[in-house]
Amino acid sequence: KYVSFSRKHDLDKSSAPQEAGTRPSRCPDNSAFKQQKLPAWKPRLTIASVLSTFFLTGAFCLSVGVSLVVAANSVREIQVDYSDKCSNCSKLRENSSNWNNECLCSINFTLAEDMLGDVFMYYGLQNFYQNHRRYVLSRSDEQLLGRNVQNTYCAPFAAYKNGTPMAPCGAIANSMFNDTIDLFYNFNSSVIQVPLLKTGNSWWTDKNVKFRNPDSHNLSAAFAGTARPPYWHKPAYLLDVEDEKNNGYINDDFIIWMRVSAFATFKNLYRRISRKGQFTDGLPAGNYTFHISYNFPVTKFKGKKYVILSTMVWSGGSNPFLGIAYLVCGTVLIHHPNPNLSEAALLLMHICS
Amino acid sequence: MALSVDSALYRWQRLGAKSAPQTVSESTPLLFSVRDRLKLNLNKWRIVFSNNGRQQRGWDQASRFYSGNRIQTTKYTWLTFLPKNLFKQFHRLANLYFLFLVVLNWFPQMEVFHREITMIPLIVVLLASMIKDAIEDYKKYQFDKKINSSKSRVYDKKDHAYVEKCWKDVRVGDFVQLQCNETIPADILLLYSSDQNGICHLETANLDGETNLKQRRVVMGFSSQNTSFEPEFFQNTIICEMPNNDLNKFKGYMEQPNHERIGFNIESLLLRGCTIRNTEVAIGIVIYAGHETKAMLNNNGPRYKRSKIERRMNVDIFLCVGLLFTMCLVGSIGHGIWSGSFPEHPPYDVPDENGNFLSPILSGFYMFLTMIILLQVLIPISLYVSIELVKLGQVFLIHNDIDLYDEEADLPIQCRALNITEDLGQIQYIFSDKTGTLTENKMVFRRCTVDGHEFSHQENAKRLETHKELDLEDEDFAKLQQFTLPPMNIERPATYHRTMRPLRRSQSARAHFQGHTRSRSLGRRDSNQSQVAFSSTIEKDVTPDSRLLRRVREAALRTENLSPFIHMKTATSLTDFFLALAICNTVVVSTTTEPRQRVTVPPPIKPSGITLEKIHQIFQRLKLVSLSQSFSSSQSSSDLGASFSAKNTEEHLATLDCCDNDDSCCDSSRGAGLQDKSSTDIGSASLDEVFQSVSHGTLPTDFCYEAESPDEAALVYAAQAYSFTLVSRTPEQVTVRLPQGTLLTFDILYTLGFDSVRKRMSVVVRHPLTKEIIVYTKGADSVIMDLLEDPGKADTNAERRMKRIKDKTQKHLDYYARDGLRTLCIAKKILSEDDFQKWANFRQEAEAAIDNRDELLMETAQHLETKLTLLGATGIEDRLQDGVPDTIAALREAGIQIWVLTGDKQETAVNIAYSCKLLDQRDTVFTINTENKETCESLLNLTLEEVRKSYEVEKPQRKLFGFIPTSLPVSETPGPEFGLVIDGRTLDIILQGGLEERFLELARLCRSVLCCRSTPLQKSIVVKLVRRQLKVMTLSIGDGANDVSMIQAADVGIGISGQEGMQAVMASDFAISRFKHLKKLLLVHGHWCYARLAKMVIYFFYKNVSYVNLLFWYQFFCGFSGNTMIDYWQMIFFNLFFTSLPPLVFGVLDRDVSAETLLSLPELYKNGQNSEIYKLSTFIITMLDAFYQSLVCFFVPYLAYKDSDIDVFSFGNPINTVSLLTILLHQALEMKTWTLFHWITIIGSVVIYLVFSLIYNAVCVACNPPTDPYWIMEKQLSEPTFYLVCLITPTIALLPRYFIFALQGTFGASLLLKAQQLDKLPKGQRDCEIQKLRSRKQTTSDAPVASPAPNEDLDQRNSHFCFSPFLHPAAAPVPQADAGSQGLLASEVNPLRKWAHEEGYYFFNRWAEEESTATDSSSGPLSGCSPLVPSGIASPGQDGGKLTKGKAKNFNCGSHRRSVSAVTL
Repeated sequence: KYVSFSRKHDLDKSSAPQEAGTRPSRCPDNSAFKQQKLPAWKPRLTIASVLSTFFLTGAFCLSVGVSLVVAANSVREIQVDYSDKCSNCSKLRENSSNWNNECLCSINFTLAEDMLGDVFMYYGLQNFYQNHRRYVLSRSDEQLLGRNVQNTYCAPFAAYKNGTPMAPCGAIANSMFNDTIDLFYNFNSSVIQVPLLKTGNSWWTDKNVKFRNPDSHNLSAAFAGTARPPYWHKPAYLLDVEDEKNNGYINDDFIIWMRVSAFATFKNLYRRISRKGQFTDGLPAGNYTFHISYNFPVTKFKGKKYVILSTMVWSGGSNPFLGIAYLVCGTVLIHHPNPNLSEAALLLMHICS
Repeated sequence: MALSVDSALYRWQRLGAKSAPQTVSESTPLLFSVRDRLKLNLNKWRIVFSNNGRQQRGWDQASRFYSGNRIQTTKYTWLTFLPKNLFKQFHRLANLYFLFLVVLNWFPQMEVFHREITMIPLIVVLLASMIKDAIEDYKKYQFDKKINSSKSRVYDKKDHAYVEKCWKDVRVGDFVQLQCNETIPADILLLYSSDQNGICHLETANLDGETNLKQRRVVMGFSSQNTSFEPEFFQNTIICEMPNNDLNKFKGYMEQPNHERIGFNIESLLLRGCTIRNTEVAIGIVIYAGHETKAMLNNNGPRYKRSKIERRMNVDIFLCVGLLFTMCLVGSIGHGIWSGSFPEHPPYDVPDENGNFLSPILSGFYMFLTMIILLQVLIPISLYVSIELVKLGQVFLIHNDIDLYDEEADLPIQCRALNITEDLGQIQYIFSDKTGTLTENKMVFRRCTVDGHEFSHQENAKRLETHKELDLEDEDFAKLQQFTLPPMNIERPATYHRTMRPLRRSQSARAHFQGHTRSRSLGRRDSNQSQVAFSSTIEKDVTPDSRLLRRVREAALRTENLSPFIHMKTATSLTDFFLALAICNTVVVSTTTEPRQRVTVPPPIKPSGITLEKIHQIFQRLKLVSLSQSFSSSQSSSDLGASFSAKNTEEHLATLDCCDNDDSCCDSSRGAGLQDKSSTDIGSASLDEVFQSVSHGTLPTDFCYEAESPDEAALVYAAQAYSFTLVSRTPEQVTVRLPQGTLLTFDILYTLGFDSVRKRMSVVVRHPLTKEIIVYTKGADSVIMDLLEDPGKADTNAERRMKRIKDKTQKHLDYYARDGLRTLCIAKKILSEDDFQKWANFRQEAEAAIDNRDELLMETAQHLETKLTLLGATGIEDRLQDGVPDTIAALREAGIQIWVLTGDKQETAVNIAYSCKLLDQRDTVFTINTENKETCESLLNLTLEEVRKSYEVEKPQRKLFGFIPTSLPVSETPGPEFGLVIDGRTLDIILQGGLEERFLELARLCRSVLCCRSTPLQKSIVVKLVRRQLKVMTLSIGDGANDVSMIQAADVGIGISGQEGMQAVMASDFAISRFKHLKKLLLVHGHWCYARLAKMVIYFFYKNVSYVNLLFWYQFFCGFSGNTMIDYWQMIFFNLFFTSLPPLVFGVLDRDVSAETLLSLPELYKNGQNSEIYKLSTFIITMLDAFYQSLVCFFVPYLAYKDSDIDVFSFGNPINTVSLLTILLHQALEMKTWTLFHWITIIGSVVIYLVFSLIYNAVCVACNPPTDPYWIMEKQLSEPTFYLVCLITPTIALLPRYFIFALQGTFGASLLLKAQQLDKLPKGQRDCEIQKLRSRKQTTSDAPVASPAPNEDLDQRNSHFCFSPFLHPAAAPVPQADAGSQGLLASEVNPLRKWAHEEGYYFFNRWAEEESTATDSSSGPLSGCSPLVPSGIASPGQDGGKLTKGKAKNFNCGSHRRSVSAVTL
């Protein structure tokens, strides 16, 4: 029994009425609050309550842990490091004067098992400190809302020396990931391009609320008077010429890039496999090829680039940590009444106090 | 030292001559230029011109420089509030630190947060303090306004009448007319009173809390009282001293147009804030107004003290600063290395606005500053505000505790210092005053000795005992047997009508009150309003001693009958004695029917039976007889000095043979008593008849006596009991009703008031019948005994008799003192008309003097009070307050050492100490009285050795008794078996001779220490010494002005709002009304406050460190760039709103153990005493725990989200949530009681966090540029991972702490935890368990327990040591031992010491024998002189005066059960 209410002192409100006509007494009120006798629950750690809490929590943790581990194990994931494999392109990109030369690179890989369900394609970057303080701040959310802003945090990527503002401004936008990756399925010596969805990858709220193109009758007019960021190949209104709703600031790739990653090594959702035709159930096992247009330089910062294919489960990706954590925690909780451990802790306690 | 008249005259003239030039300038103030006058005025004197048009110019000029009567206690005005308040607040270091951070954040290189955001914490803190200050100030303002606009009647020069004016418009020089019950608006010089004697009565309760009335009189010699005062014709200029805060001193003079001066003093000053009583109209001129009034100058606000926890906290804050520095250093170095590791600038390394990159070193340096801003919360700024708030809450709860409310005074506890509540829980030493603190300061007449005959007042003692029983129904009170003297004369109780009066307090609501039923009797209220000081029945009703009563009646009868067998001398002595009791005082008489109506005119009643003529005859005859024994007043006063020294030696000789004759003396006195008894029986029948007629026929009214000191009232009541009733008193006359029923009205010629230097007071009266001028003096025995008439060579019979009386009286006095009674000697002197006239002239001159008036008055007084004839002495009991022994026992059990510092006599103090269980019968008491440094040192060494030895003996014993498992703290102060008594002189030597350390070492080992005869200065020095040298928490408690310095010197000062005025209360941090309240205040509130605050402070450190560390850990993943993963607003609100309330509620409301258990297990107090909750080790453990928890809170989410596509703020959000949960749950673990408030705040905090985050994240699309956490919370809440992380992380983070708690809880390691478990048990079972616990304590340790059965078979080491070498009469004006003899003594020290050692053991062995003799001797009152007295060895004692002898005898006499053996060096 862990919980028990002890209402030791009932509110004592029976008291004689104040005498009328005399000066008010300075006697304090005899109320439960003022006399510090409020009814209170006093949790006490007794053997029974402690053991039962430990056991219950432990059991819960174990069960959650097991299901998490099972779920994480069911995730199929393949990760390909293409910055190494496309070393010629990497070399080319080391020299920034070659920015205009296109470099294509193909990487073959084999899926041993089917990847069932929704398959997500990510690009991964290593050692890219998107979370650097000055980098994180170098953006203008107002501009991305389609507003015209002067005073921004984007400097020095706010405007060119001639005064033309950059659109979008800031270091984040400027350094946007601009490789294009296509996936091909080598099926019976024929090569089928895996259909990829380039929209719907970002948060709905970002796409519809947080990012807005400037109001105008057409997009290029909206961006008139601004210039693309220095690293960009093309202005913002040409990010996706095929889809009006994926162009300009509301381009999914752009939105995703603008959501700066928490760690230096990270992945961003790039495409989803469109479950059509052969890929209705996901990616079947077999040989695949990535066709990559290699634009984004990583050697400068000793980085690497990956392309990742992964399925998802309810608990997220393939990271087994949470499951293990629950398992360990549960085990510790259930096995804690180990006398040796208790004694050691008791000893420690005495040393401390 | 008394000066001869001549020398006094000379001095007076000399002083007069010295002040001559000044006098000229003073006498003509109007002739001086304004400039000169102002200079004069500003330097020393204040000149007051009346505002009646006559001195218009002077008034206009002067009034500009004197403050008006408007008071302003507010600190700020509307305009100055902001700058002043800010200025004040930035005196605090923490605020400056945050200001520094704000400034730092304005530099773009370091800008972590928005510039505005950094200011928020600072602004909130400043605002909170500002609002608090503003509210306080506004309250003051309103109060001021109310006071300033009170009305008062002021003379208007245009209207020539008194008009109503606001107080604030009253100016210096205004004439104010005051009516009865009106409050005085300013300090006013009384010029007219409607009272025919020019008296005005004041109630000063507002000023000093004294409920009795004070008399003020119109400036003497100023006006003819018969005509009413016309301000219009007032032409005098008033010159007086500058405004000062001395409530008891004021002097000045009034200069009439003819340059005649009239002096006045405090007696004529009406003080602001007092109330006029019993006087229809009083008119005066305003002297000081507004802030210059004495009341305002005395009005100091609450003091600021820094508590121990705060001191400790400041140290820890510096540790935090160190930690912060380290972390910043790590950050900056890390950043330098990190940014230096790139060959070329990566795209995420953003250049500054101009496109330049910083060098790694410079950016590292900037990063250092950036990190300071980032991690600023490590220094808990909110802690200061929170502590202030929590303390306010704690003070509120303490203030409202009904147990600390005193019903009689209608006073709850007053918390004057708001910031040291938790110090109450850490007290290690208590220094207590005795009178009024341990005792009630209600004086009860107990015994008296007249003419060398002791009257034990056995019946009175019985009455008091029964009274006590009635009063303290179920309270286990100290054994009263210790108090009462052994019976001297067992006679049948006298059938006197007073004895049968039921002795109950007027109300019995008290017993109910403890049950918190708040029922009050209505009568109580009424009686409260008409409450007269010192008038409880216990003091009023004195049951007369039957033997003495018979003698008094006899004397009365005999004087009436002029019977031949009259024992004339005794009769006159008795009459004189009681007359002196009735007259020699400043008691004011009022009647019970109308208490505030003074009785000033003797009621016109006819004396029954005896005509005035007859009485006259009687007194004529008496005079003849008394002449023979009174001193020859014609003796020249010039040889006074010579006789003084001669007297000493003779007295000394006289005392020597006294001891030898002692037994026979006693016997003879007993024999005399028996004779008296037999003779009384003869005339008793007729005697009774007379008295029947007297007591029935006259004066039915009961008189109430209001006195300045309770002793006086007690004496007057005692006199009343013997039918010497004080009927009325005016400044000129005093009327006494004699047993015969006659009313005698004495003309009072002079009253020489009591002062602490002279230690006596006198009245000079003219006897209405004999027309003799009589001086009645009463005072401390040490003083009076030296002023007695020199018995000369004792050749005549009368002189020899006088000497015998004196010796016997001295013996009785010692006896009284040992019995804990306060002693007073009564003496008289008859002056010849010539002598009196001579003296009166001096006196008048002295009174008129301005400079050195006090000295001159003192000299004249001393001159008069010489060559007195001893009448007798009284013993007054100062009763112990309710529950004092119980409280002391509990406090001692709580591990608190209690010292008593008192100005009282040693014997009195020791006895009180025994009766209040400060000393136990079984204790070994060391008494150290010496005047020699070497002796003192060797005595200290000796004693110390002795004490240590016994410890060494004890230690193995302890081990044998059994190994105590874990729970007892080792640091428990050992050795409760020793007591130390030390007197003021020895203390002086110790303090001056550098023996402090040894003294403290000894004192530390003693269970209790008594310092007697100590001055206020010594008291405070001792407190400071202990506090500083032993580094302990001290508490001083006292009630009088003499305790003020001690109260201020201690860490916690407690004033008892008793009967000795408010000075102690004004100086104190807490003011309680009874000593017993200390128990709950310390044991319960102290414990709670300490536990709450200590835990809260620790928690704050923990909270900040664990939260800030999250940011620190993130630096390792963002290139030490100073980035945060949590949104700024959420970060700032985290401390401000989301986690601030639970610790506050915890700090105010948590109860780790219930009040009942705390009271019944005082040992729990040691928890706070040893600072167990908040000390360095707990701080470090908490810090480590904070590090662990922050690691968990960061790395569990980190590992869970690693390699995912999570963005910065989506990662920060679960971390923030998780740490919020962890921090709140951590607090929840600490909470021992969950009231509604706890639930609300804990759950509310989480809810507020969620609601705020949801709203903020939903609304803020671009409101917080450049990074907006839009929709993050919502998104997170839709993901299961978030919940999974939020579940597991707090679990892992809190597991170790919970685990430890669980272990502690299950194994119940400490007493505190046991007590907590006890709290859960039902009441009966709990009591049982507590008893068990306590008994276990008792057997395993030697700790004293509340009520140990007094064990009479004592073992060897329980004996009473008494080192009293070189006993000099304390505080007596006897020449000190000269240097030569001191040297001699020093050389004797070593052999003596050795001797004492051996002898001490010898006495130990002899103890058992002595015990029997002691008990035997106690049956006879004074005869029991121990045969063991090594009086022959007591050679050094001869250096002392007679009191030395007296004291030595005192200790040698075995009649006292406790003083088992005495060692006299």
